[in-house]
Amino acid sequence: MPRLKADFEACQGYANCVDATPDVYDIDDDGVVVLLKEEITEAERPRIEEAARSCPVNALWIEDE
Amino acid sequence: MSTPPDAAGHTPVVVIVGSSIGGVRAAQALRSEGFRGRILLVGEEEALPYDKPPLSKQFLVGQWDADKVGLLTEDAAARDRIELRLGVGATRLDVAERRVWLSDGADLAYDWLIIATGASARPSPWRPGSGVHVVRTLGDSGSLREELRRPGPVVVVGGGFIGAEAAATARALGHEVTVVDPMPTPIGRVVGPEIGRYFTDLHHRHGVETRFGVGVERIEGEAGDLRVGLTDGSTVQAATVVVGIGAVPNDGWLADSGLPLDNGILCDEYCRTLDAPNVFAIGDVARWFHPRHRERLRVEHWTNAVEMAVCAAHNIAHPEDLRAHSPVEYVWSDQYDWKIQIVGRPTQGSRHELVGDLEGEKPRAAVLYTDDRGRLHGAVTVNWPKALVQCRRLMTGGAGFDEALERISALGGASGHPQEGVRETRPGTGERAGGA
Ligand SMILES: Cc1cc2nc3c(=O)[nH]c(=O)nc-3n(C[C@H](O)[C@H](O)[C@H](O)COP(=O)(O)OP(=O)(O)OC[C@H]3O[C@@H](n4cnc5c(N)ncnc54)[C@H](O)[C@@H]3O)c2cc1C
Ligand code: SF4
Repeated sequence: MPRLKADFEACQGYANCVDATPDVYDIDDDGVVVLLKEEITEAERPRIEEAARSCPVNALWIEDE
Repeated sequence: MSTPPDAAGHTPVVVIVGSSIGGVRAAQALRSEGFRGRILLVGEEEALPYDKPPLSKQFLVGQWDADKVGLLTEDAAARDRIELRLGVGATRLDVAERRVWLSDGADLAYDWLIIATGASARPSPWRPGSGVHVVRTLGDSGSLREELRRPGPVVVVGGGFIGAEAAATARALGHEVTVVDPMPTPIGRVVGPEIGRYFTDLHHRHGVETRFGVGVERIEGEAGDLRVGLTDGSTVQAATVVVGIGAVPNDGWLADSGLPLDNGILCDEYCRTLDAPNVFAIGDVARWFHPRHRERLRVEHWTNAVEMAVCAAHNIAHPEDLRAHSPVEYVWSDQYDWKIQIVGRPTQGSRHELVGDLEGEKPRAAVLYTDDRGRLHGAVTVNWPKALVQCRRLMTGGAGFDEALERISALGGASGHPQEGVRETRPGTGERAGGA
């Protein structure tokens, strides 16, 4: 199954990802992205791919197992 | 799916003109949306597609190199079957013939066209021998970055986002910096004059001088030895001048296309140009009809370009399920130790309340804006992404102001004096929007 990845150091808390898919990404008190799940299904991939591409600092990506 | 070769064997073609964030994201979104035809991405600049926000921030200060601002590698383009045509500009469009002409003389036929030619820095009206810079392209930022390696005072003309970021960057590099703007509180245009004053204090707190409320009359000399003459009769010395006085849409190449233009390309709520429903415009160059605000807007924000790209791609791949572009506005800016995030349209409100305070080192606060009818018009947060996320959700959900204020106050963690809680102010009405 595709796995969600994030570069927590790079994340700037711009929150576009959270706005696009609040069921997948959240943000903590320090303004750093939180992954609400580790694995996703192929069916939800396009939607999450678009959310990941809305990150201004490329801190998010999806890896194939 | 709408896009395999049709019965006559014709493979559908999308041509995208403009290869920055809007164009690149549109190409990628077409694939995510299931478009299987050809995608041609045309860009005037030779460089591989790159992103702009770091050009006044991480790249300008020297923290990131050119690779890091890249948006699309050749590998990534090949993987998504995006055909790159870089280093050629589009020069003419024939809507009836469905064809775009390029600067190398070639022409491209399309089934759908996405125009993402963005905007250019408004050119400096003052042209001394050398030493005056704008910040829009990678080349612009690169040459300014080179010049900032040399010591000497910097004058920034324009106190908006890009001017303020350039000032913060020059200051971080150790320069003496003066920001000049004809408006008394330049950022007041976006956040209201009262909150705008905190942005002026932010410059001062970092040792940057401001000359607000005075204009520039002339700039003379050359790089290393410039004299900036102001409308109050004074002169400021500078080694380097940065001019950040706004941007103008790149729609000149469409002048004889017949597409309606008026400070950008006019579009409907689906990002389709008027009269040519197979031609879309997105990002900084588009002036589309915002269905909730019921007016045409042109927005120069990164997130808007990405969202319009996804919207246009969806509407091309799924014409049976047209989606309107009806965003809650969002923009960020990094200045000194402030991470600023703005959602909605703050200045449409008549009153605001501050949660936390905006003084001292690295404050953490939110400002919520309302009108007399208790609606939430927008919010500005400083160093507080958590509050920003909430505000965006509240705006999207159409929450009222009181509810929003309660939710943000309950988050806790704002700087200042929590026991005093919320402070209220009524912005004066002495100052109007407009200007640089
Ligand atoms: C220095 C700087 C800092 C910024 N910081 C922020 C920020 O912090 N937050 C934020 O939200 N926004 C920021 N922005 C704004 C944001 O970058 C823009 O809204 C965004 O780049 C718009 O994307 P676009 O693709 O519509 O247009 P553009 O980025 O302008 O790209 C247009 C592309 O089209 C090409 N082109 C133009 N004419 C032609 C032609 N005739 N043929 C072929 N190609 C052509 C250009 O070369 C360019 O590559 C910043 C902008 C700048 C310049
Ligand atoms: S969009 Fe990127 S920078 Fe913003 S919160 Fe998500 S991961 Fe972090």
